[in-house]
Amino acid sequence: MSQTVTGAVTAAVRDLVDDSDLRMIGLTMGGVYLVATLLAIAAGYDVGGIVNTLRAITVFAAGYGMLVLALNLHWGYTGLFNIGVAGFMAIGTYVTAILSAPPELSPGAGLGLPIPIAVLGGMLAAAIAGVLTALPALKMRADYLAIVTVALSEIIRLSIKSQTLAEVSVAGVTVGTGGGRGISYPAPSDAASWLIELVPGGTLLYPAGAAVGIARPVVTGLVYMLILVAFTAAFYWLLVQIGQSPFGRVLKAIREDELVASALGKDTRIFKLKVFAVGCALMGLGGYLWLGRSGFVNDLSFRPDITFFVFVALIIGGAGSNTGSVLGGIIFSGVLFYLPQFISQNFVRAARAPDTFVEALSGDLAGYLVANISALRFVAIGVLLVWLMQRRPEGILGHRIEAAAAIDLRGGRPEGPEDD
Amino acid sequence: MTEGVPLRVDGLRMEFGGITAVDGTSFVVEEGTLTGLIGPNGAGKSTTFNCITGVYTPTAGHVYFGGEDITGLAPHQIARRGLVRTFQIARELEEMTVFENMMLAPQGQRGESLLASVVPGLRDAVIEEERELRTAVWETLEFFEIDHLAHEYAGNLSGGQRKLLELARALMTDPDLLLLDEPLAGVNPTLENKLLERIHALRAEGYTFLLVEHDMEVIMENCAHVIVMHQGRVLAEGAPAAIREDAAVIDAYLGEPV
Repeated sequence: MSQTVTGAVTAAVRDLVDDSDLRMIGLTMGGVYLVATLLAIAAGYDVGGIVNTLRAITVFAAGYGMLVLALNLHWGYTGLFNIGVAGFMAIGTYVTAILSAPPELSPGAGLGLPIPIAVLGGMLAAAIAGVLTALPALKMRADYLAIVTVALSEIIRLSIKSQTLAEVSVAGVTVGTGGGRGISYPAPSDAASWLIELVPGGTLLYPAGAAVGIARPVVTGLVYMLILVAFTAAFYWLLVQIGQSPFGRVLKAIREDELVASALGKDTRIFKLKVFAVGCALMGLGGYLWLGRSGFVNDLSFRPDITFFVFVALIIGGAGSNTGSVLGGIIFSGVLFYLPQFISQNFVRAARAPDTFVEALSGDLAGYLVANISALRFVAIGVLLVWLMQRRPEGILGHRIEAAAAIDLRGGRPEGPEDD
Repeated sequence: MTEGVPLRVDGLRMEFGGITAVDGTSFVVEEGTLTGLIGPNGAGKSTTFNCITGVYTPTAGHVYFGGEDITGLAPHQIARRGLVRTFQIARELEEMTVFENMMLAPQGQRGESLLASVVPGLRDAVIEEERELRTAVWETLEFFEIDHLAHEYAGNLSGGQRKLLELARALMTDPDLLLLDEPLAGVNPTLENKLLERIHALRAEGYTFLLVEHDMEVIMENCAHVIVMHQGRVLAEGAPAAIREDAAVIDAYLGEPV
């Protein structure tokens, strides 16, 4: 019995290592880790600090990974131009928060439901919001869907912020968003310490961490990071299943030419609604697990910026490719976002930089760039986008043939070479 | 092939604003025939096509398919009933391979359900069905001699190859009646013969075709029954020989001998 289990595990591990996509993701992540480690060492971090830096990068990458994958289902597969990602994240996060927050917790007020139920409720609410948005908009052309979704996402954000909805009494039960003060609720990241207690011997992680200089909160943080990575992997798995199926084939056909899909007997509206519901539910879950991980959110987390960042990450990785989505998430969050911020936080005081760009041109340009790296990264993102649009609009993996079928289409040819 | 599936168009009328594109068109397509629909530019052929296939809802009149009134149904509902069209300008799904294009077409696939695609236990049946489809696709691609292009992006095909793919793809839906909108436009003579050969072979198997063509000669040489449209109405219909001598038709084509 144990031998078969060992065999299965060995086979699974071998599959994973042989998988070129996974290797690609691993190498990219490894590259980001390497640069981050070197920078952290240069900044004088100890082991605990380095580990914590890598943890923060991974949390960031996993968060983006989830959202980019969800958007890939909309934009990459189906061509649905949803630029209301932040709004659906907000609904998922806030509804989960309100459902799970104990009534006595302030600010905001909640129902105190068990967290798994609250999470399902949040996803369901985001899915319903998605369907309600999509219903009128899907009859129209893609650009109108974009306008509707971006408008909706702002309406959602401003509603959350509004004092009117901060506390509402419905049939004697008080619920609310907390308005501008934000909302507190049981932190998803508490799942980490709960898991450590639950698993036999899990608590040994704390002394083990302490022995190598990793503090207790960093240990729980690492466990929560693993939970996030597991969710990202689950998103990836789900998206691959959807993509490699007749369902995914219809989605691709809708993206390419909806009239053709309907002329071939596909009820495209139903497909689009389903996809909108699933993608929005995933966005809601991703928002809760990532932006909502500390147990407190306010409206500022859901500004439209995040939608555009997720889009940029998807464009870098390649719309239509799930592996590309994850790569785009890592590159955007790690290389373009986190590392420059890390540099500006740790090295700026060391550099004596010129005050203006003109001064910098005649002197210490490098010093100027480092000192302003945090702001300049947005310039870099813009330049990268322009370059990508001109040179490689399909992103890193967007043009790769990822056949939408549940089987290998190259095999199974009658009288042909069997390579199935 | 189900029995008794002729197409009947009855008093079809389509207005766009003040313009009447189709003005009381009526005709019948008999089962197992290759019927041609011709007419000068602006005669209303494509609009008639779009009314039949549900792209437009006609202002008045009815379309019957296999005895059922299909007027005003959505394109996908009409396609599911076995009335499938191709497009005047070949509309390939360019960023999908030829094989994916073909696999898309079959109706009512199990895996078109989201749940069946995702839930591990249900997915086995989907994979099984995909294997069967794959075999059918290979056969059809070989029949149209485009099997060597199977894993190309459809967008990389030449104009003629696209027309072949489009017909092959329509065939994968297992239709009863195929509406072909200028299937030979922009196709070189060699490919044109190949396409016509395939169409005749399929007709012999029992498929019914309604062919819209701009090129009179093609229709005259290949169709047993010809419908001539002019200014939104049916001007004449009958065997090619009779059409050639029809005074009204000669007149409509500006006195050109046809």
